[in-house]
Amino acid sequence: MSMLSFERKYRVRGGTLLGGDLFDFWVGPFYVGFFGVTTFFFAFLGTALILYGASLGPTWNVWQISIAPPDLSYGLGLAPLKEGGLWQVITVCALGAFGSWALREVEISRKLGIGLHVPAAFAVAISAYFTLVVLRPVLLGAWGHGFPYGILSHLDWVSNVGYQYLHFHYNPAHMIAVSLFFGTTLALSLHGGLVLSALNPGDGQAVKTAEHENTYFRDIIGYSIGTLGIHRVGLFIALSAGIWSAICIVLSGPFWTRSWPEWWSWWLNFPWWS
Amino acid sequence: MAEYQNLFTRVQVHTAGYPGVPLPKGSDERVGPIRHFPLAGKLGDAQIGPIYLGALGVWAIVCGAIAFLIIGLNMWAQVNWNPVLFVRNLFWLSLEVPRAEHGFMLIPPLGEGGWWVIAGFFLTASLGLWWLRIYRRAKELGMGMHIPWAFGAAIWLYLVLGFIRPLLMGSWSEAVPFGIFPHLDWTAAFSIRYGNLYYNPFHMLSIVFLYGSVLLFAMHGATILAVSRYGGEREIEQSLDRGTASERAALFWRWTMGFNGTMESVHRWAWWFAVLCPITGGIGILLTGTVVDNWFLWGVKHGIAPMYPGAYEILPDPALSVGVVK
Repeated sequence: MSMLSFERKYRVRGGTLLGGDLFDFWVGPFYVGFFGVTTFFFAFLGTALILYGASLGPTWNVWQISIAPPDLSYGLGLAPLKEGGLWQVITVCALGAFGSWALREVEISRKLGIGLHVPAAFAVAISAYFTLVVLRPVLLGAWGHGFPYGILSHLDWVSNVGYQYLHFHYNPAHMIAVSLFFGTTLALSLHGGLVLSALNPGDGQAVKTAEHENTYFRDIIGYSIGTLGIHRVGLFIALSAGIWSAICIVLSGPFWTRSWPEWWSWWLNFPWWS
Repeated sequence: MAEYQNLFTRVQVHTAGYPGVPLPKGSDERVGPIRHFPLAGKLGDAQIGPIYLGALGVWAIVCGAIAFLIIGLNMWAQVNWNPVLFVRNLFWLSLEVPRAEHGFMLIPPLGEGGWWVIAGFFLTASLGLWWLRIYRRAKELGMGMHIPWAFGAAIWLYLVLGFIRPLLMGSWSEAVPFGIFPHLDWTAAFSIRYGNLYYNPFHMLSIVFLYGSVLLFAMHGATILAVSRYGGEREIEQSLDRGTASERAALFWRWTMGFNGTMESVHRWAWWFAVLCPITGGIGILLTGTVVDNWFLWGVKHGIAPMYPGAYEILPDPALSVGVVK
């Protein structure tokens, strides 16, 4: 019922990092493993605490619920639960759950005899979250610099932190990150489109080959990166977008405190043309 | 780690260049030498060329070059033709939109936005011709129209920003200026003028699809690389005749998150996420200033704006005072 037609032969023991055979089984389509148990624990606890935090607030409107970090005055200490402590414990649960998820992906990859690229890529994303809620607050000396856990409230955080630097678009690392975000979306549309256009060629046409894929791009721009290359490049620019995003925010505050437009003065003030 | 991760090609095979799938009679010949660059071969394909020029392509490049020159020369004029200042101030230079008093006049005085309209016209022509080019290339090769339609989604957003919304607002001055920092200034001013664009639900959707596309390409790129030892990158073949690469890729995600796609369907997820980013973004822009004047107040009205505990004394809103000299 939960197994695909070809799945049974792949359900073998082994590949685990911790726990041996103890948790080496599936529940429905989900693989468990030791890290499946820890994921479940952290996710359950974190979710329960979020619901508890919501119950302490003024509303159950899903758009308005917000769990705020501690006030800046608490510095890097542990705050009382109802005054930001909840946010701190939820953050620990989040990191525990994300880390467990990544390690579970490692176990699944080892069991399937495939490379570890997916958990490695996820680790980059986790480190971006870590940068926002741990690294930058620690560098700034207060957990209160983390973003609130709430749908609209986290957007208010982005907007407000942006305006603290007068015009965040001028942050050069932000400019690189945005370009990488849009570039990845462009590349994804091209790759998805190219494969689909070969597999779904339209009325009366035969399914096309990799030679057609290459020829299409060579005809249009003189170059085709190829079937392996596009996946390397896609992974690289997607991860680079995340990395530059983390860089752009960790620079803001710990390493640059003035307005971002002002940062460009180094270029404008070169002696030979200023 | 001692294991090879297939991030860069270690052994490259050199053969004669591939001239491309034969085109139907009546097509131009492909142009340009076929060259091989082993440095490119470390990451992807080493072959550069041939290219199909074609009338559509040539005219697209010509129109694009005209637009580029109009923009560049106007910027240069802004620094009084001083080449040193041109390089110094490049990111700050601009070709500004027409002044508000000209409304939606077809071609305002050149120095008051006329050049912007002309450059915009040539850029639009260039994009349109390029669209026709990629459409025709797909037709000639007997392939589907997925890339042309994806490009259409991007052209939708471009037209909304530069033409459709200014038309509905009755003024070219609403459009985006040409220039690196100037177009970023436009973005910030737009959000401030219309009450914080983060509260625009189509802006939210567009960002979901933007971040989602990056997430999906990281997932898909990593997955294919992880099964490349089983030939996973041969996606056409794997879609028609499922091999162990597709099976392991599908099972990785099924065991991880409980469901999976197929070698073909993942490319549909990819296409739709990428294409929905500019489509919803364009809708969000179109609704701004026409249907909704202040997105934060729209958010308050529709119950999505959060309540924050009062950090300061709540004073009466001066904007709401009636009959008082302000």
